[in-house]
Amino acid sequence: MNDPIQLNDTHAKNIRKPVQISEHIIEIVSDSGEGAQKCGQSFAAISAKMGNGVWTVEIIPAEIQPPARGRAGASGIRVRIGTNKITNMGNEADLIVALNEQVPYGRIDQHAYRDGTILLLENKWAEDPDPEIRIKYADALVDFKNRGYQVIEIPMEEECLKIVGNARKGKNMWVLGMLCNIYTRSLEKAERQIRNIFKKKSDSVINANIALLNSGYQWAESNLNLRFEIPVKESEEDYLVMNGNEALALGVVASGMEVCSMYPITPATSASHLLAEVLRKAGGVVHQAEDEIAAIGFAIGASYAGKTAVTITSGPGMALKTEFLGLATMAEIPLVVIDVQRGGPSTGLPTKVEQGDLLTALYGQPGAVPKIVMAAATIEECFHFVILARKLAETFRTPVYVLSDANLATGQQPFPRPKIKHDWFAPPIDQSPWKEDIKPFNWDEKTGLSKRSIPGQIGGQYTVTGLAHDRRGNVSYKPDENQEASEMRSRKFASFQKTLNPPPIKGEDHGDLLIVGWGSTLGAIDEAIEIAQNEGIKVSSIHLRFMSPFQPGLKEIFQKFKQVMTVEINYSDRIDNPQFSESNRRYSQLAWVLRARTLVDIDCFSNVEGQPLSPKRIVDAIKNKLGLSN
Amino acid sequence: MYGLKSDLTCDLPTKQYSISDYSKGVPRWCPGCGDHAVLNNTQKLLKEKQLDPAKTVFVSGIGCSSRFPHYMDTYGFHGLHGRAFPVACGVKFRRPDLNVFVITGDGDCCSIGAGAWIHAIRYNMDLTVLLLDNEIYGLTKKQTSPTSRLGTISNTTPEGSIIPPINAIETTLGVANASFVAQTADWNPVHMYETIKAGFEHKGFSFIHIIQRCPIFQQSLGKEMATNKDAMVYLQHENGIPFGEDFSQSVKNTVNHDPTNLSEARELAMDRENIYMGLFYQNKMAPRYDLYGSSNLGFTNDQREKVLNAEFDKYAI
Ligand SMILES: Cc1ncc(C[n+]2csc(CCOP(=O)(O)OP(=O)(O)O)c2C)c(N)n1
Ligand code: SF4
Ligand SMILES: [Mg+2]
Repeated sequence: MNDPIQLNDTHAKNIRKPVQISEHIIEIVSDSGEGAQKCGQSFAAISAKMGNGVWTVEIIPAEIQPPARGRAGASGIRVRIGTNKITNMGNEADLIVALNEQVPYGRIDQHAYRDGTILLLENKWAEDPDPEIRIKYADALVDFKNRGYQVIEIPMEEECLKIVGNARKGKNMWVLGMLCNIYTRSLEKAERQIRNIFKKKSDSVINANIALLNSGYQWAESNLNLRFEIPVKESEEDYLVMNGNEALALGVVASGMEVCSMYPITPATSASHLLAEVLRKAGGVVHQAEDEIAAIGFAIGASYAGKTAVTITSGPGMALKTEFLGLATMAEIPLVVIDVQRGGPSTGLPTKVEQGDLLTALYGQPGAVPKIVMAAATIEECFHFVILARKLAETFRTPVYVLSDANLATGQQPFPRPKIKHDWFAPPIDQSPWKEDIKPFNWDEKTGLSKRSIPGQIGGQYTVTGLAHDRRGNVSYKPDENQEASEMRSRKFASFQKTLNPPPIKGEDHGDLLIVGWGSTLGAIDEAIEIAQNEGIKVSSIHLRFMSPFQPGLKEIFQKFKQVMTVEINYSDRIDNPQFSESNRRYSQLAWVLRARTLVDIDCFSNVEGQPLSPKRIVDAIKNKLGLSN
Repeated sequence: MYGLKSDLTCDLPTKQYSISDYSKGVPRWCPGCGDHAVLNNTQKLLKEKQLDPAKTVFVSGIGCSSRFPHYMDTYGFHGLHGRAFPVACGVKFRRPDLNVFVITGDGDCCSIGAGAWIHAIRYNMDLTVLLLDNEIYGLTKKQTSPTSRLGTISNTTPEGSIIPPINAIETTLGVANASFVAQTADWNPVHMYETIKAGFEHKGFSFIHIIQRCPIFQQSLGKEMATNKDAMVYLQHENGIPFGEDFSQSVKNTVNHDPTNLSEARELAMDRENIYMGLFYQNKMAPRYDLYGSSNLGFTNDQREKVLNAEFDKYAI
């Protein structure tokens, strides 16, 4: 990856032989509104379509319109592409495109770059009429070089102005062209991508953007001595490339659910945007409710009426849904709840990643509220878990929560094109007339399961109630009946757990340390484990998909390791602070639950920095835990 | 139901339902509680309309009044305090074949459920809504309600309530897309029956405000209203609620009001001197969200597969 590159040898058309690399991390950073994300997403999609592994992470400023040329306002995207499957954002970037010299600092603060990183920098600021800007630019140039970055100044604005009147709109496509040349991407695929992005726009807009793309490509061809090739692995299988929210949305369509009832909230909303377009064509409707309480109430009503529904939200919305979540468990109404987690508590970090809703999902409702909680670890799982969630919801007559997070929501990754099964669309609801003598909560002693009737089913009339009720659904405050009903509602999940397998172990089934993860950290943990194992460290990992009930066999797995540690993106007290001790330390969320579940002294590594974890951070945490020097 | 069709056939009912086919259990309301009369008249309407109990759903919130679904041998949903509307809307959204009723109390609708109430009016789904307004919280034992009149002594306002009440009719008439707004009282069974019937027949969100006596916590108020015939003024119009022959003799005050006249309806609602009974407003043309919700039912698996495949193609590598 660190091949020496002759950067200053321009006009070197004929000697530009592409350097073969196995992967690269590219970042495009700009002021907000300059289209860096669209550029990066397109670049990722083109790369995926050529057959590369891809992962993207959006770099989102906290404000909608931060001041221009601000460090905190850095907006953009990271794209990691490689020959093999890419599962996480990786460590430091190899190449950056920056539309001004200030925005990289927002990322430098986050240790996103390294000595040797190539920085392609818009040079128009060197000649800016404002002397202060000229000075800042010059200072930054010196600073970047001191940091070891390989800086190439590029006349992006100047070149764009040859094609369009306002370079701010369109520079991103010029940059896309430049990147396509640098990484030997197919221009034809890029053109198709542009036509797709702007499909709702006029021909003149499309043509201008294609002209910009070509200009960027040609400029790089004639002026840059910088060319990489990331070989692709031939694959027989068809692949799709999309982000986690798109996968969730298409999962809803594939699950056959007809109602998505939601209230807009970052970072979940884009799933509903796509659904609003697609579900209508597929025989369903998206309902934007007046708030999250009404959204889940509406979904529960629809589901009670036989149209299993989904409600999609994020942390603050989960808080509002609390009472209805309890009702869905109490009244045994199937429901799919998707929580695309963000930083909390309260409004927290709306656009940033956190795995902070686990305890809320498991225990956030007053009283005993058992349910199924699943956590998607990949984009592909975002799709398939929704289908599974619907089936489980109907079979076990229960709400099923699917946890995703901001990292999965916007990250793009290719996965094998699902082979559609008609079985997905069909709800396991029996609509034949109800046998009058069957009670609406006719719990099976062994499994706790009962069949529900839905309105329209003759003879199945009963009244749902959130009050304690007997097998007939009649309100009952009798001590033994409430005890029984509670046991039955719990027993279902014990029965369900019997169908699950212990999680597979990555690495040896014994050793010095076991890492336990869940959700979007899978790729980074896997990569970290491989690095550590290659260094001879006796570390393995498991990654949980079912958070409630847990997959079986966890304690047995843990006992074969000297130490166990969860890796999560949520809050835990750092034990090195003198205020904290074993008697008051707050563990990260999965660690809490696993400690209680297994009575194993499980440690945790976690933070709430709002960033996906890099493999490097996890390797460091592993070494730290084992007392090995970094 | 017995209508002759154009081909000179008619759909014969497979079963003739009687009142007992709609009733279940013994209502637990206090003797003299206005809720009994609402239940009886609603069951009577279901019988008159021969509604299929399996195709009828009563959705309620929490409160004395919200116990209602438990006494109906139909499908029922006794949900959360203040949340009957979202549930009912969800039930109706893609089930045009169901008759959906909403039972709610003044606290349930106008306090904790106020947000959902406003939006349910606007969605204008085909729901028959009965707001049983006793101007007090009954179930939780006498706390002030948003509809309690000024000076109401309650367990949370021992010195009397000091904020003017919400008028549920006035509020409903103020919301965009209101389509049916009527008022009746539990002690006028004939008028109540006719009002609920008109509401049921209206295709849209039929909001029926029922002045309901609570002899336990609003004793004097109920007595005064039920006996003082001067207080009630009946709205009269050919498109309004018919009084019924027996009852018209006992009606003392009437006023002419065209239920398509929204501004006059609002003026009547804001009149603090008189209580108007009957149909304030009806708009049969108001857009209905449930028609949108149920406009793409019954897709086949092949149709779904086709759409999904087309989406996959957009993301294909
Ligand atoms: C979230 C929530 N808050 C409070 C309550 C307690 N609660 C039950 S019924 C009720 C008020 C009922 O008053 P109203 O809606 O007027 O019905 P009524 O009993 O008068 O028929 C209250 C406050 C509850 N069940 N749920
Ligand atoms: S307390 Fe009042 S409202 Fe409740 S049942 Fe008794 S009389 Fe009816
Ligand atoms: Mg009340």
